[in-house]
Amino acid sequence: MAKFLKNRELLLVGAITVLLALITLRFPPFVAPANLARVYNDTSILIILALGQMAVILTRCIDLSMAANLALSGMVAAMLNAAFPGLPIPLIILAAITLGTALGMINGALVWKLDIPPIVVTLGTLTIYRGLIFLLSGGKWINAHQMSDAFKALPRDELVGFPVLSWLSLVMIGLIFLLMSRTALGRAFYAVGGNPHAAVYTGIDVGRTRFSAYCLSGALAGLSGYLWVSRYAVAYVDIAAGFELDIIAACVIGGISIAGGIGSVAGAVLGALFLGVIKNALPVINISPFAQMAISGMVIIIAVAVNARAERRKGRVILRKAEAV
Amino acid sequence: MAETHLTPRNIPDRLEGRGARLLKSWESLLFVVACLIFLGNSLASPYFLDPWNLSDATFNFTEKAMIAFAMALVIIAGEIDLSVASVIALASTAMGYAVQLGFDTPALVAIGLSVGLLCGAINGLLITGLGLPSIVVTIGTMSLFRGLSFIILGDQAFTGYPDSFSWFGQGYVWWVFSFEFTLFVVLAVVYGVVLHKTNFGRAVYAIGNNQTAALFSGIRVGRIKFILFLLTGLMAGLASICLTSRLGSTRPSIALGWELEVVTMVVLGGVNILGGSGTIPGVVLAALIMGMVTFGFGLLNVPGIVMSIFIGLLLISVIALPILWRRARHRLAH
Amino acid sequence: MLQDTLTSRIKPAIALKGISKSFPGVKALSDVSLSLYPGSVTALIGENGAGKSTLVKILTGIYQPDQGTISVGDQEVHFPTALAAARAGVTAIHQETVLFDELSVAENIFLGHAPRNRFGLIDWKKLNADARALLARAGADFDPTIRLRDLGIARKHLVAIARALSVDAQVVIMDEPTAALSHKEIHELYALVERLKADGKAILFISHKFDEIFRIADRYTVFRDGTMVDEGLIADVSQDKLVRLMVGRAVGSVYPKKEVAIGEPILTVSGYRHPTEFEDINFELRRGEILGFYGLVGAGRSEFMQSLIGVTRPSAGAVRLDGEVLVIRSPSEAIRSGIVYVPEERGRQGAIIGLPIFQNVTLPSLSRTSRSGFLKLANEFALAREYTSRLDLRAASLDQDVGTLSGGNQQKVVIAKWLATRPKVIILDEPTKGIDIGSKAAVHAFMSELASEGLSVIMVSSEIPEIMGMSDRVIVMREGRIAGRFERAELTAEKLVRAAAGIREAA
Repeated sequence: MAKFLKNRELLLVGAITVLLALITLRFPPFVAPANLARVYNDTSILIILALGQMAVILTRCIDLSMAANLALSGMVAAMLNAAFPGLPIPLIILAAITLGTALGMINGALVWKLDIPPIVVTLGTLTIYRGLIFLLSGGKWINAHQMSDAFKALPRDELVGFPVLSWLSLVMIGLIFLLMSRTALGRAFYAVGGNPHAAVYTGIDVGRTRFSAYCLSGALAGLSGYLWVSRYAVAYVDIAAGFELDIIAACVIGGISIAGGIGSVAGAVLGALFLGVIKNALPVINISPFAQMAISGMVIIIAVAVNARAERRKGRVILRKAEAV
Repeated sequence: MAETHLTPRNIPDRLEGRGARLLKSWESLLFVVACLIFLGNSLASPYFLDPWNLSDATFNFTEKAMIAFAMALVIIAGEIDLSVASVIALASTAMGYAVQLGFDTPALVAIGLSVGLLCGAINGLLITGLGLPSIVVTIGTMSLFRGLSFIILGDQAFTGYPDSFSWFGQGYVWWVFSFEFTLFVVLAVVYGVVLHKTNFGRAVYAIGNNQTAALFSGIRVGRIKFILFLLTGLMAGLASICLTSRLGSTRPSIALGWELEVVTMVVLGGVNILGGSGTIPGVVLAALIMGMVTFGFGLLNVPGIVMSIFIGLLLISVIALPILWRRARHRLAH
Repeated sequence: MLQDTLTSRIKPAIALKGISKSFPGVKALSDVSLSLYPGSVTALIGENGAGKSTLVKILTGIYQPDQGTISVGDQEVHFPTALAAARAGVTAIHQETVLFDELSVAENIFLGHAPRNRFGLIDWKKLNADARALLARAGADFDPTIRLRDLGIARKHLVAIARALSVDAQVVIMDEPTAALSHKEIHELYALVERLKADGKAILFISHKFDEIFRIADRYTVFRDGTMVDEGLIADVSQDKLVRLMVGRAVGSVYPKKEVAIGEPILTVSGYRHPTEFEDINFELRRGEILGFYGLVGAGRSEFMQSLIGVTRPSAGAVRLDGEVLVIRSPSEAIRSGIVYVPEERGRQGAIIGLPIFQNVTLPSLSRTSRSGFLKLANEFALAREYTSRLDLRAASLDQDVGTLSGGNQQKVVIAKWLATRPKVIILDEPTKGIDIGSKAAVHAFMSELASEGLSVIMVSSEIPEIMGMSDRVIVMREGRIAGRFERAELTAEKLVRAAAGIREAA
């Protein structure tokens, strides 16, 4: 099994271990199991989002609109709950996922059918989706007292000692892992990003595969929308503003190549956890939480430099020393 | 001139005159759009045509346009710089910090520009020195630079800029022409000349169309890209001076999200996001259009965020429409 | 149509009739017909640009023909996508294998049709086992779980063949499969082709090497300028006739080599080496000389030339130009010293598609046409006109995007670009690869003219006729080293091939 763990993931596990060790020097209780579980729970939404972004990046695209999609889906979920408090929660979650998927489909269709560069498409939809929240809500907040108790409770409810939110992210990791490793679509993500030209010869529709990746990232953003709004018990225009960069950062740190075709579920999860550990550790070791942004910036730069070194192809060896003897 | 016969020894320089090419260009379309918006605005609001109102309107775009000129060169060369808004924040924070230490206006300007240059140099070194993809590097430095502002400022703000400093963002050179607008015009001319009339500009196009072939043709690709990132940093520093001076205060969230607006301006101006083509006059027109739309919406009391929907739609549709148009024409031809 | 005993009895596995295909400005194929028969190898012969690759793309569903029909068995079929072609049993093994470096060997074989378990999920265990079995059938025994990027080209071909076996393809297209293989690997490939034949596959074999065509093909089809000029049985044809059909004229007249008085040495390269790509490169180049560099694809010739002009750094070695020691760290320094390199990959390294012709030509010479950094368009047009007319460029205007030109005319622009820098030494890497015969002749004539004007030329070429027709001297490289040196008088095709392939002289 160790053979299949590529260096990238091992390197990250090592980095996270070193990070935890350093934190423990300053604040031993951080590594208490209960606290680590809390850190994991706190990172759950980022993990779910990073999984969606990973699928998109694998196909050589990028989704800058994920956080805006999350905010819009979350706002709609909150408004549904506020307007119809009796509506069952699963139905609300379904609505959020459906809306998220639809928003993802818009991105995917623009990339697939019109061949517009992904960065332009999602830059555009990012501002449009945010604007739509304003149009829908009239700029007003939906506060905790407007939400039903069931709506707010779901992510916090405990199941076998862990919050549903944690369980949900574990289920998502499992599902996406299955999708990536055991289905034709998952393998097509890798093929399309690794060699789009060859993918065509293999009979894979590059555009349709990218469209599917955007649908997936949209669906996960929609789900995260509900989770975010219910967990923090508030919805407004600017929730998760700028979070798209954290998602991409998690992927980059996780060794998912921005050039496509390289990356793993484990990498995305570890990348998100790395950021999660930093974010949760800063306050307890007396570093201002304001430093988090600068640190994640540094980490992105280091990670991309390390990954680039690992990906750099060995030059083709023409000289054959053995034969010369 | 219109001799299309293929005679080997006598290939004409050009088939079309300047006028014909100008008419078919993206810039002409933008010009028409700009005129229509101008007309629409002047019909929609009686206040629009007042020279002072128009002068006020220019503040909507001048700072972003300064960066957009340099960004246009970066994008034409096939790269991107998403850290510009964070450079504004860091430069502004550095200037605010210097004010607390009692520095005067010339020193503040020098600090603002140097921080911009330094940030540009960091981007440039990471991208050309280590060969990392610019989109990821500048997403990283975007976090890093603004993060540094947050570390320094937290939820505080720097104020107390000297009176003489306010001239950059609030002063007028002559009559209704503000310092910022004058700077915008001067920079438009400078960048236009650099991109369209110099060897440097030609090298930028060559790199954007085919970096490898440009290298083989003796273009110093790394050096030119490095200079482009330096320039973008410098322009962000300059914009930071103007913006800080105009607002009179610095918060770490200053110019939040501007990178997207600057990129939108550049793409709207007809610069290919994949590199290789685009013009400065196009960017100038795009800046005017975005400025007038913002101002017109403002006069009509439309909230800023609705405005951003419009910009987002504009960004996608200006790229999508020509593609759809070409397809429709192709279909009609068959 | 040719009727013979073989074809009248056996039905073709796939038949193309009256296929035409045009691209803007070019008619790539006109009214071409081709039938492939089960258990038979058909060689497709033609110069670069004759329409072979367009035909392959039509057969594999990448392009759709403008006119004509494709039938499999008795049924007329359409291949709107690559998948449709694959489903119909047509598969191609490409020159530069189009596979996935980051995926495992087994997955490369089964991508798109992987075995599933009863939950509809990919069954990796079965997939790896099946892959191992298919590799064994293709005569390979390496581990299917390793990543493809860790394999050499020959093994990648085997993976591609295993993939063809996995889809049970009835029609296998092999596009220059031996171009990058060693002698031993080539023989293994021949054995494999025999096995596929015995399995009843219809094979289309595209090759430039006549010895292998005569060795393994049963039938031949010759293309020239987008039309099929002849077809028949290999047994009924001679090598000379095939060459004549392919070129459309006698070979001897193709090369306009001028007698030039060769002068003193101008460029001396000594002890050039690189950690992984080449070593011990020593040679002299004389004024007015055309020095041929022959070798198989991947022998390290381009890599050496590129390090000579500063694209990559050698680990040791010295260059002297006109007696002066040069240190070249970048192409711009090479150009300034008077050494220019016209790269092999025209689209990627040579032409700047998207810029007009005149801007392409003047790019390395801008410092000469401009004044203190400012462009002078009139000077640029003058320079571009001078050099493009010397190369007999065909274009509507100098302001036209170089991407709208044919390959041959693009190559003329590219050569004009580097010549306009007024070099002392020009290195031409595969100068006529993929261009039409007319342009080829123009490039050759021009090369001779340059040499007679005292310019020194290094010509890297993998085409034996071109090497033999144009060079005053030939250096053969093999696996990064110089494997032979020959004067024009002693050149034979056999010597070149032996040196390049590392075969010792027959005892």
